[in-house]
Amino acid sequence: MSDYNFAYLDEQTKRMIRRAILKGLAVPGYQVPFASREMPMPYGWGTGGVQVSAATLTPEDTLKVIDQGADDTTNAVSIRKFFENTAGVATTEETEKASVIQTRHRIPEAELSEDQILVYQVPIPEPLRFLEPRETETRKMHALQEYGLMHVKLYEDISQHGAIATSYAYPVKVAGRYVTDPSPIPKFDNPKMNMAAIQLFGAGREQRIYAVPPYTEVVSLDFEDFPFEASKADHPCDLCAAEDSYLDEVILDDAGNRMFVCSDTDYCRSRRDAGHMGRLSEEAA
Amino acid sequence: MYVAVKGGERAIDNAHAWLAEERRGDTSIAELSLAQIREQLGLAVNRVMAEGSLYDPDLAALAIKQARGDLIEAIFLIRAYRTTLPRFGASDPVDTGRMSCDRRISATFKDAPGGQVLGPTFDYTHRLLDFKLAAESDREDLPETQTAEPRSEDTPHILSFLDGENIIEQEPRTDAEPGDLTREPMSFPAGRAVRLQSLTRGDEGFILGMAYSTQRGYARNHAFVGELRIGSVPVEMEIPELGFAIEIGEIELTECETVNQFKGSKTVPPQFTRGYGLVFGQSERKSIAMALVDRALRWEELGEDNLGAPAQDEEFVLSHADNIQATGFLEHIKLPHYVDFQSELELVRKLRREAAELAEQMAAREAAQ
Repeated sequence: MSDYNFAYLDEQTKRMIRRAILKGLAVPGYQVPFASREMPMPYGWGTGGVQVSAATLTPEDTLKVIDQGADDTTNAVSIRKFFENTAGVATTEETEKASVIQTRHRIPEAELSEDQILVYQVPIPEPLRFLEPRETETRKMHALQEYGLMHVKLYEDISQHGAIATSYAYPVKVAGRYVTDPSPIPKFDNPKMNMAAIQLFGAGREQRIYAVPPYTEVVSLDFEDFPFEASKADHPCDLCAAEDSYLDEVILDDAGNRMFVCSDTDYCRSRRDAGHMGRLSEEAA
Repeated sequence: MYVAVKGGERAIDNAHAWLAEERRGDTSIAELSLAQIREQLGLAVNRVMAEGSLYDPDLAALAIKQARGDLIEAIFLIRAYRTTLPRFGASDPVDTGRMSCDRRISATFKDAPGGQVLGPTFDYTHRLLDFKLAAESDREDLPETQTAEPRSEDTPHILSFLDGENIIEQEPRTDAEPGDLTREPMSFPAGRAVRLQSLTRGDEGFILGMAYSTQRGYARNHAFVGELRIGSVPVEMEIPELGFAIEIGEIELTECETVNQFKGSKTVPPQFTRGYGLVFGQSERKSIAMALVDRALRWEELGEDNLGAPAQDEEFVLSHADNIQATGFLEHIKLPHYVDFQSELELVRKLRREAAELAEQMAAREAAQ
């Protein structure tokens, strides 16, 4: 792939994306329009995240790509391969060793540090979209901090279901100003967004980039009497016995038996390497 | 022992190998050449060029071959390639008045300078399968075509005759640099130039459906096809080193100008209005549809009522016209979503548990009474 520039995009395009990223960091949670390019993978496959990663990567970086928390899901494999081919950067599955982590739908379990960048793939960057589909309206609502509609939605959830019925892409307020979509991470991950690493969000099809600088306050919207609650399956991991990680539910047989296993494959592996054993570990079985 | 059923590099490689095999099909059948696609599937090539926004019949033919005939996939290949191309500059505006027309018809005047030229059209074919084509003779017995000498002079636009009478709205002339929707993020209101860019590369089916909806009464705009012309126009570009424009090539275009009604107002006496469609290649259906949708979207500047019709809604039409965006987002829902689904699963289980507990309490209270 030597016909292409480092990390595929030409330098002009990268500069344009970097400008959007810097603006995003300067105005945390604000959706910055950018001239998203047509990438050689389909919209919806992470073209926004790929463009942000491409503009962020340097030859010295080590890249980790996860989808659903796992390094070995097909699309994570495909994106990692794309950057191996076009940027020739080192890649890793170990969270601590990565300087740039591109993710879809999860934040790694291991705490991220100041010298790391987390790049999210974002399908719909507008948290108000399903309350008001018009961009022309939602931009005004953000400008005026007119977030009443969102609170009414959360209130209606409570009156109808007795709880806020949003379990992923749970809206947050960034730095006390912008209501922001955390991308479709499970709400279990929301509290982790208060982190030391830089968080960058790329929405390719919707042509938006936004960012959360390190140590920026990110608050999940809630009510005093119905406080936000990060939730997960009420089980330990069946492979590594972790009680604190987000779990995938896997159907094991025709009788409908289930197992629960860490969605973060690197976290699970490192715990197993350290000798932790779950209900269905090879040695235990 | 549970083994994670997740894809891997080998699965992807195998999928690609199988795909290549499927693309080739039965190897005892001769392979398609790009020239065959370009020459014999010309309208497919045209559509890929139009919606891919890149005028290159050979690349479009390659994309169609690689995409196994899936035209949206082929358009995607062209778009992804197009973004990587360096830009030397912009051509001068093409002058469709200088078009050497293969086809030129007007539904508004029986005759006009330049005449009605039917050209190679399906319009009056009877749609009967021609089994002679199935015979695949080396040399088909082609009927002899009798064509007149091509006109040497320019073919004037039919609407220009209405222009002279001032009975149709004047197009404001401007030398302002039009926006470029491939280089700037779309924002609304988009303005007519960007709107037309979006429509001409928009999905043919979507634009057709939108146009059809106006004809059926959702913001009807009474369109007559003032003129439809198909042919080649020269493309010229200013070369700074030379200081003048030189011809750098020729492209085939389909242009449609519609004549639409207008009520008039206190300040403007009754006057016809225009819709405009311009598409790469012979793309008649698309250019007529484009003109109708363009006209519907102009309601505001023409002081018409917003009837709440989908085709009048610029943000709605332009946000959903692009088939590469649409197909990507639509198809992405087949990618893994088990993390999100898991969180929904937990939530619904919890809500059901709480509902069951509540019902139990109610029943116990009733029994106690």
